[in-house]
Amino acid sequence: MTTSRRKFIKISALGLGGVATATSAFSMFGSSSYLNELVKQNVTKKLKRTPTYCEVCFWKCAAWTYSDEDGNIQKIIGNETDPHCYGRLCPRGTGGVGMYSDEDRLKTPLIRTNVNGEETFKEASWDEALDLIASKFKNIKEKYGAESLALLKHGSPGKHLEHLFKAYGSDTIAEPAYAQCRGAREAGFALTYGSWVGSPEPTDIRDTKCLVLIGSHIGENMHNSQVQEMSDAIDNGATIITVDPRFSTAASKSKHWLPIKPATDIALMLAWMNVIIEEGIYDKEYVEKYTTGFKELKDHVLNFTPEWAYGITTIKPEVIRETAREMAHAAPAVIVHPGRHVSWYGDDTQRARAMAILNGLLGSWGRRGGFYFKESIKVPKYPSPKYPHPKWDWRDIGEKYPMAQMGITTEIIRAAIPSKDNKYPVKAMMVAGTNITKSIPEKALLEKAMDELEFMVVLDTMPMDVTGYADVVLPECTYLERYDGIRSATNREPSIAVRVPAVKPKYDSKPGWWVAKQIGERLGLGEYFNYNDYKEVIEWQLKQLGTSLEEMNKIGVKHFPRKSGSLYIEEGKDHEFATESGKVELYSKELKNLGFDPLPKYTKHPEAPQGFYRLNYGRAPMHTFSRTANNPNLNDLKSENNLWVNPKVARILGLKTGQEVWLRNQDKITSTFGIKVRVTERVRWDSVYMVHGFGHDNKKLTRAFGKGINDTQMISKTMVDPIMGGTGMRGNFVEILTENPHKTVEI
Amino acid sequence: MRYAMVIDTLKCVGCSDCVVACQTENNVPIGYCRDWITETVSGAYPNIELELKSERCNHCENAPCVRCCPTGASHQLDNGIVLVTGDECIGCGACIESCPYDARFQHPEGYVDKCTFCHHRLEKGQLPACVSVCPTKCMYFGDLDNPNSEVSKLLKNRKWKTLAPEAGTKPKVYYLI
Repeated sequence: MTTSRRKFIKISALGLGGVATATSAFSMFGSSSYLNELVKQNVTKKLKRTPTYCEVCFWKCAAWTYSDEDGNIQKIIGNETDPHCYGRLCPRGTGGVGMYSDEDRLKTPLIRTNVNGEETFKEASWDEALDLIASKFKNIKEKYGAESLALLKHGSPGKHLEHLFKAYGSDTIAEPAYAQCRGAREAGFALTYGSWVGSPEPTDIRDTKCLVLIGSHIGENMHNSQVQEMSDAIDNGATIITVDPRFSTAASKSKHWLPIKPATDIALMLAWMNVIIEEGIYDKEYVEKYTTGFKELKDHVLNFTPEWAYGITTIKPEVIRETAREMAHAAPAVIVHPGRHVSWYGDDTQRARAMAILNGLLGSWGRRGGFYFKESIKVPKYPSPKYPHPKWDWRDIGEKYPMAQMGITTEIIRAAIPSKDNKYPVKAMMVAGTNITKSIPEKALLEKAMDELEFMVVLDTMPMDVTGYADVVLPECTYLERYDGIRSATNREPSIAVRVPAVKPKYDSKPGWWVAKQIGERLGLGEYFNYNDYKEVIEWQLKQLGTSLEEMNKIGVKHFPRKSGSLYIEEGKDHEFATESGKVELYSKELKNLGFDPLPKYTKHPEAPQGFYRLNYGRAPMHTFSRTANNPNLNDLKSENNLWVNPKVARILGLKTGQEVWLRNQDKITSTFGIKVRVTERVRWDSVYMVHGFGHDNKKLTRAFGKGINDTQMISKTMVDPIMGGTGMRGNFVEILTENPHKTVEI
Repeated sequence: MRYAMVIDTLKCVGCSDCVVACQTENNVPIGYCRDWITETVSGAYPNIELELKSERCNHCENAPCVRCCPTGASHQLDNGIVLVTGDECIGCGACIESCPYDARFQHPEGYVDKCTFCHHRLEKGQLPACVSVCPTKCMYFGDLDNPNSEVSKLLKNRKWKTLAPEAGTKPKVYYLI
């Protein structure tokens, strides 16, 4: 997080080494002063402005790309009218220029080949690569059916390939964004309110009086408009309550930080419900009018007193009572935030249910300062034939998990491992825009699955680790160099944003839509790709929406009036929720019927054995997953992760800040690389913490290779959510090794 | 006209957006920075405090870098902004040594570089790049001589501090605490 000043001091000291250096540099300046030069570059030089929306994370902030006459991208600035960023991009969006300028980018298609018994990649032409992919896809379809072709995807390129796969007869599609990230909260809130939380979350943070964050580290996750609104809430004097075993940035902004013992959040929430109900401080009118199952809930939480929770959570009863009262006092302008990455302990849907129930008791869903009713505008589908109906798809692969509403990446991966019971064999895979070797735990299983595949294609802009497993690697151009689908924002007001290329694709890289179309045409699916340039698709869609590309090039973002009614439940009016009962289901009959707990229960999770520490992980504001570690601008801000260790632990183990250590987990998995220790009071003595997304294995990522530890490598044990198939990843324990376990012994 | 920057440490999340925005706005080479983030942790678990803040040249009223510059490359404008004229700088490094804020560095092309308060943007009526990009809106910029400016009002109504006040430099970057 701290940009190193030492680094530049070292460099400037070198620069001062000889007078000759300084003199020769001096003569290079010419007559114009440095400041005038700068003004000339940035003010008088004509910069062209092109609309885009960001692809460095999933928030998709609308922005302007500024490029000069020579076709160089100078800077990217947020679009002021965009509700995702209000004109202010986050460091990743501002540093998006590095996604384009990174000289380590994939430059040409690559095909796996065997030279003298050694596997290697050879550079290939697009025709060679695409012909090979098409022939392999045809072959798989003939042998097993198109269903055996799986797509794992994320972001914009995924959308284009999804169209290709569905057109070819496969809906064996998943993205880690669901079961390895936010799926459990969507299931939990859908069970309670009948609708997903969705993205961006419809949290009315700017008008809230009380924001409750449970393990959600806004400020370290840079979900842009949320970070901005949290700042507004601070200005407005809102109370922030943060529940986190780690002293997160958000915790430091909070009136109450509850340093909870890891894995006990449900106990705390049950105690909060107990206080709110027993003290009669819930929103009685709302509960009466809009909810069902209050009596069952009341009986359920009767014994879950703050004293009971104290023994589990280590949070003092008076603190539990005080914070519960504070929430109730602020209600309905209170938000128990659903979080984002919630695949922690395998009972995550139930934890999300507890959050949803709390919001119900406080009457915050559909209320100002709570959750607003989001709305988006539907972008008309570009004319294309109907998709064929696959014989089986992601639903069948995930059939064990009744509330799974999207493909479960880990189940699709498992389906690639042949076995007698495997009714849904996955034989080939395309991976687009997601580095599954960093996002999916249980590496041994993943590697076995990839090994079993008959064919694997990876589409990415960077030589991410996953490309090393592919048979064919396709270099995608970055978002700054391509058209993509229209971004329809789900927000307080509907709006759309366009992505227009600011510059031509660098190297021999191509847009995702072009790749999908090229493969499609080779598979005889040309009628599904009835355009020469994706620009035509956007132009057609914009026309249907009453605008044009010409207008969008000028404004970047277009707003539409709401059609679904008020942002909040209107006084004196009825509101029907999208659940079966039409009400907020505090008690879930649906879960009961499926054989699950209809009300959330606290389950004790394993604790670290002697000498081990729970491995917690999170985000840094300047990085997205493992995607940005090599971005020159963002790598410059943070080039490696650190292992946060409490000073007590550091004293016992004799660790010092900056010392390199290695980790070994409960399954004897040793980290490939080392990590530097950061001794800090911000972390508990029973856990260690690191930022996710480092420890890259691919040497072609010259800046990111071998820097820090990949937390996912240490996650060999997962706890699967029986309701929706989420991958709980926070139950792994590590020991800290001070000697390099990979040292080769010299004789 | 006396330009000043006010930064609210209660809102800053230390995301470093100010650092990247400065780099792309001012063509600061990778590996160098004109502004940076510091993190200060005090106390012991669970009674901890954390202060995050964005730092840069303080555009001191009493600027040691200007006084010690042998060529006059380091100079101060009437509005208080301290600048370096690149082609007058011989890269002697005296100013780097004299700065109590560690705010100056030698550009790879030889001259000494640092924050300009985005002087070139101010001329166009724009805010400094770091202020205009900050997602927490924790940075404010304006004229201390104008009692109605946002910065004047904030300094009147809120508790604040400056860095290294003991150096007697009269810095123009203020931190709300």
